[in-house]
Amino acid sequence: MRLHGPAACTLDILAPGESGIILALDAGQALYHRLAALGLRSGKTVRLIRRARFGGPFHVRVGTTDLMLRAPDARRVQVRRA
Amino acid sequence: MKRIALVGMPNTGKSTLFNRLTGAQAKVGNWPGITVDLLSAKLLLGDAMVELVDLPGIYDLRGFSEDEQVVTTFLREQSVDVVLVLLNASQLERQLPLYAQLARFGIPLVLVLNMADEAAALGITIERDALAAWLGVPVCLISAKHGQGTEQLRSLMVRALHAPAQAAPPEEAVIEAALKAAVHVPAQASHRLTEKIDRVLLDPWLGLPLFFGVMFLLFEAVFWLGTPVQNALAAGFSALRAAALEPALAAAPVPLSGLLLDGVYNGLTTVASFVPLIILFFLAMAIVEDTGYLSRAAFLIDALMARFGLDGRSFVMILMGFGCNVPALMGTRVMRSRGLRLLTMMVIPFSLCSARLQVFLFFIAALFPPRIAPLVLFSLYVMSIAAAMLTSLLFKRRFVNNDPFVLEIPPYRFPTLRQIALRGWHEVRHFLRRATRFIVAGVVLVWLLTHFPAAAGGGGTWAAQLGAWLSPVLGPLGIDPKLTLALIFGFVAKEIVIGSLAVIYAREGGALVSAIAHQIDWVQAYSFMLFTLIYTPCLSTIATIRSEARSAAFSVAAVAWPLALAWLVSFAFYQAARHF
Repeated sequence: MRLHGPAACTLDILAPGESGIILALDAGQALYHRLAALGLRSGKTVRLIRRARFGGPFHVRVGTTDLMLRAPDARRVQVRRA
Repeated sequence: MKRIALVGMPNTGKSTLFNRLTGAQAKVGNWPGITVDLLSAKLLLGDAMVELVDLPGIYDLRGFSEDEQVVTTFLREQSVDVVLVLLNASQLERQLPLYAQLARFGIPLVLVLNMADEAAALGITIERDALAAWLGVPVCLISAKHGQGTEQLRSLMVRALHAPAQAAPPEEAVIEAALKAAVHVPAQASHRLTEKIDRVLLDPWLGLPLFFGVMFLLFEAVFWLGTPVQNALAAGFSALRAAALEPALAAAPVPLSGLLLDGVYNGLTTVASFVPLIILFFLAMAIVEDTGYLSRAAFLIDALMARFGLDGRSFVMILMGFGCNVPALMGTRVMRSRGLRLLTMMVIPFSLCSARLQVFLFFIAALFPPRIAPLVLFSLYVMSIAAAMLTSLLFKRRFVNNDPFVLEIPPYRFPTLRQIALRGWHEVRHFLRRATRFIVAGVVLVWLLTHFPAAAGGGGTWAAQLGAWLSPVLGPLGIDPKLTLALIFGFVAKEIVIGSLAVIYAREGGALVSAIAHQIDWVQAYSFMLFTLIYTPCLSTIATIRSEARSAAFSVAAVAWPLALAWLVSFAFYQAARHF
């Protein structure tokens, strides 16, 4: 995956409590629209709140919306650490 | 009659608003070209009756889910005079694009911003008039839960019906400008209390044990509160029969009084005495769901579910199935992957639904001391989940999941009493309607089978023949011919199992309990309960699977596999318990 600059990584790499600015969504059309409808759009700030045990989903916050998403989907969200 | 459609994202309080506007009068209806049932109700607006239709919750209109197609088809093909677009007032930034998509249908819109109280608590200010001016639509701020702003909404609906005005669909830039001008979100808008509670309930170590603890306590509470009421009702029905009905029917011919008393009355009252428990059960479910805890449960359990080829939503549907399998099966529509959907539909019928619950409560009360009764019931819930997980493991390679698991986690909310009561009422009404439809027919059929051809001693009745014919199959499970007959009628609906036992044993209430306690022991009873738990839930469930999966082969598998598993599990348990 092509990353944007040295501070760029994917959402799943962030540590709990860390925030990032969304650079791009590397997703197919259906997933892209779903993520966008839930607030994950480029330019928005996303904060990783916590991760469920045993490799479970990520709990993230975009604006005033809290979401959960799994690691494979989180890896599709490219962010720059804020 | 004019028609108003209600559209919005999931978790925006759509059904709360629908209930708020229409009271408890909703009915389920079919629409041409629409594959799902939609709730609709008539309401008086101004001086005319209009029809309000609740469309499925959707995130987007550019996706491919069934719900999105339902909304698109409905708005295109039915005549809709006004669309109420319901958005969450604290999430306008992400939800307004849905409004722009809906504006393209060319139907007059009313923008309804719900949970205005929550937005205010977060420090979000919304300038309603400025927003309305920017977008060119009527806007109102409401709290569907508490009823604030609904009067204003009604008058906006009246105005939209009488003087329809259609604004052009807004450009993205207009939406952004409108948000900037009219909506002010503070830099740190977060739900503080929710964060604090989540730190405990979603704790890496405490989260899962707390979840199972909460579920266990809920079932204990339902049992503890419901059983005395149930016993009192049953005693009341027996007293009424002895004091009033038996003397009144004394002059009637024997077959008729037998049919009415031992058939219809015993069957109906035995089922009716379970209604308090059903109500309590749905109240508990409503609390868990409406507080927002259910989505936390999905979060906590997803890692485990993923190993079984399912996801956190499947688990939520399995939990919903504990109320009734039918709505849970319909709830799988939110899944876009057909594989995941079919796998979840294969698994849901193992959920110990309220109809099976009444069978178990009856047998547990009859054969187990009160001290261990809750433990026995809990073991059946554990078995229910184990059967579901085993099935999932066996079938996960056939039904592969490629659906994204991206879900909203709403803030914790205190459901209002009205909300819980309405929910409970809807579910109980649905249950009673479904139950009574089957019960009278089923119970009368059982009565006929157990009384004809009229042979003294009952040896030659159709029922006895059927039981004897099946005894080589069910005998090794400890299930005697009388219980076999109850299982056969349970295939139609579990609601009639106890009713049919009342007819088979020609006793009701306490007399039925002691008759059964004398004829079978706890090992047989538990084996019977295991079989009842695992085999086909009811005809409604099969019909739902058939219509949702649209595959005869899948439907056959969804009946045959549980039947085989039920036999194997009961056989293993009964033989083990008898030999060790």
